[in-house]
Amino acid sequence: MKHTIVATVVNHPGVLARVAGLFGRRGFNIESIAVGVTEVQDISRMTIVVDADEAMCEQITKQLNKLIDVIRVRTLPETDSVARELLLVKVAVDPRNRSEILETVSIFRASIIDVSRTSMIIEMTGDEDKINAFVNLIRPHGIKELARTGKIAMARGERAIAADAEECLRAV
Amino acid sequence: MGRTGAQVLVDTLVEEGVEVVFGFPGGSVLGIYDALPRAAIKHVLVRHEQGAVHAADGYARVTGKTGVCIATSGPGATNLVTGLATAYMDSVPLVAITGQTSRRLLGRDSFQEADITGITMPITKHNYLVKNPDDLPRVLKEAFHIASTGRPGPVLVDVPKDVAALEVRASTPREVFLPGYKPVYEGHPVQIGEIAKAIRSSRRPLMLVGGGVIRSGASVEALRLAERCEIPVSTTLMGLGAIPSDHPLYLGMPGMHGTAYANTALGECDLLIGLGVRFDDRVTGKIDCFAANARIIHVDIDPAEIGKNVRVDIPVVGDVKNVLSRLLGLVTPAQRPEWIQRIECMKRSRPLTYSRKGLLKPQYIIEELGRLTRGEAVIVTDVGQHQMWTAQYYPFRHPRSFLSSGGLGTMGYGLPAAIGAQVGLPDKQVVLVTGDGSFQMNVQELATAVSLGVPVKVVLMNNGYLGMVRQWQELFCNGRYVATKLEGNPDFVKLAEAYGATGIKVTDEAGVRPALEHALETEGLVLLDFRVAPEENVFPLVPAEQPLSNMIGGD
Repeated sequence: MKHTIVATVVNHPGVLARVAGLFGRRGFNIESIAVGVTEVQDISRMTIVVDADEAMCEQITKQLNKLIDVIRVRTLPETDSVARELLLVKVAVDPRNRSEILETVSIFRASIIDVSRTSMIIEMTGDEDKINAFVNLIRPHGIKELARTGKIAMARGERAIAADAEECLRAV
Repeated sequence: MGRTGAQVLVDTLVEEGVEVVFGFPGGSVLGIYDALPRAAIKHVLVRHEQGAVHAADGYARVTGKTGVCIATSGPGATNLVTGLATAYMDSVPLVAITGQTSRRLLGRDSFQEADITGITMPITKHNYLVKNPDDLPRVLKEAFHIASTGRPGPVLVDVPKDVAALEVRASTPREVFLPGYKPVYEGHPVQIGEIAKAIRSSRRPLMLVGGGVIRSGASVEALRLAERCEIPVSTTLMGLGAIPSDHPLYLGMPGMHGTAYANTALGECDLLIGLGVRFDDRVTGKIDCFAANARIIHVDIDPAEIGKNVRVDIPVVGDVKNVLSRLLGLVTPAQRPEWIQRIECMKRSRPLTYSRKGLLKPQYIIEELGRLTRGEAVIVTDVGQHQMWTAQYYPFRHPRSFLSSGGLGTMGYGLPAAIGAQVGLPDKQVVLVTGDGSFQMNVQELATAVSLGVPVKVVLMNNGYLGMVRQWQELFCNGRYVATKLEGNPDFVKLAEAYGATGIKVTDEAGVRPALEHALETEGLVLLDFRVAPEENVFPLVPAEQPLSNMIGGD
């Protein structure tokens, strides 16, 4: 089963290597990992999607927590959180399929961000299912190149994860 | 100019109360060594960096203080790897300082460059590469804090040569600030209450005491709980010494080479109280059959240990000493005559046993050593058959009196660890029990021992084999011995003498006691070369990944 784990980490060099290494040597499977800055300087946020049963997911969370540079780890509830991914896809285009692609782009509220005589780059955000559905429709036209960021996610409602981290840092 | 990085480093060692460092100099730590004389810190020069880290480990295990070792960049640093992994597996507080090539040479495959922080990431509690001289005071303070608190472990600090030479403007922070590191010491009161309840309602409880009890200094509390509630106690290899071995409630060690009665008790108990243990596969055997009739309580300071290997009914995260102290206030005295009688019966019917017939038996030597030292010596072992015989037959009485590489199983650990232990406890009798295989893995440290004048006594079980592997080949490979006969062993007596130590050869039972007595009375390092029965086996034996009830031998 897939779980989405969010970890806030101190932005020290090597922190990604520590996390990635941990998953590798303990035999945890990473589906995707997305890393970026947060609202607090020096703190990054990792969104990790793993394929694991409950027990393994608990072990992953605990092992992540053991890393000194990891401040907080949360498993996001499937139903009560939002998740998005960014897709860039370069599609082969010719006069015959152009209009069909444009229509699909419009239906999915994607946007075209680069056009050449024989290709275009489409940008889209959405949850995993939406992106998969879009890619499946586009695939027959010929995908020349595809990149996905991996999921970033947040729990719904008032409770926040990074704000806690900020409090931590304020204590300095 | 203010202090250099090297000077800050040495001053920090003093501030942290470090009295001795074990090390080996080299190009990248030239500056650090140059600054060492500014402090009254003793430096022990080893003959191989692995010796330095094991010695620091031995020092830490007997004293409870953080051990410190220093090595140069590249091969010096990589030679620490086995020792760091050893300390990590057994939760030993260490700080390893390594030199590194200067910052402008980093990442260019420079002479004696190795990415030691990358290499040691999975085998240290934490590590640092200090790229900014002003980070050094903070990093060093954090390193000592992390190594010694929570679940202890090794921390490595990699210091580029130029960082050690540059001026440091920053001062040492008064407190460490690590938002991602907050060990939990206090157990949850509700959970502790649950333990008390479970003990009250249990008819056949069993305590399993591990290295965590020794690390947290909870031996007294553990024994008090056992006595007050009349609970039999088994100690893992790492827990040996936590409970006096002559105590009526004591069951010895469980697991692969455990006593028959400890293993049987694990199968029959209805409540297993795991204290500072990690349910290693050598202890549990086949995991599905482990303590199959019991509810399991697990107290550990490391949350990740709970539920890692066995299912747990009552988990408690906290310092064992802390948890036990609270628990003692909640439990009422109890007696369990039936269970105790059952245990007594098991102990009588299947005691640890061996035959003294034939050639000199290693078990007999351990028993004699136990009688002569009355269980009061600090015993260090290497890894293999001699290690298991020591665990089985030496009458341990005190925590921190048994040093062995339990988790990693590092051959070559013994001699340097014994040196470190003796440096930490100069007035104690330190005895190394080793084998001819293990001993030769770090035999160069004889020079360190002799030059220091440490009076370590070496009990060498010389059987001409890599005995434990030979035993497995005998039992599991139909007696096909491959690469286990140690052809070309040196004359260990002459070897000891060549280093300026005393060597004595013993070939029969009659010679054992006089030789041990002589060794214990002789100053300086004495090596006893015991020519023991070459094909003696360690029993009982539970084959790997089998249920603990599938014991071979020992009857």
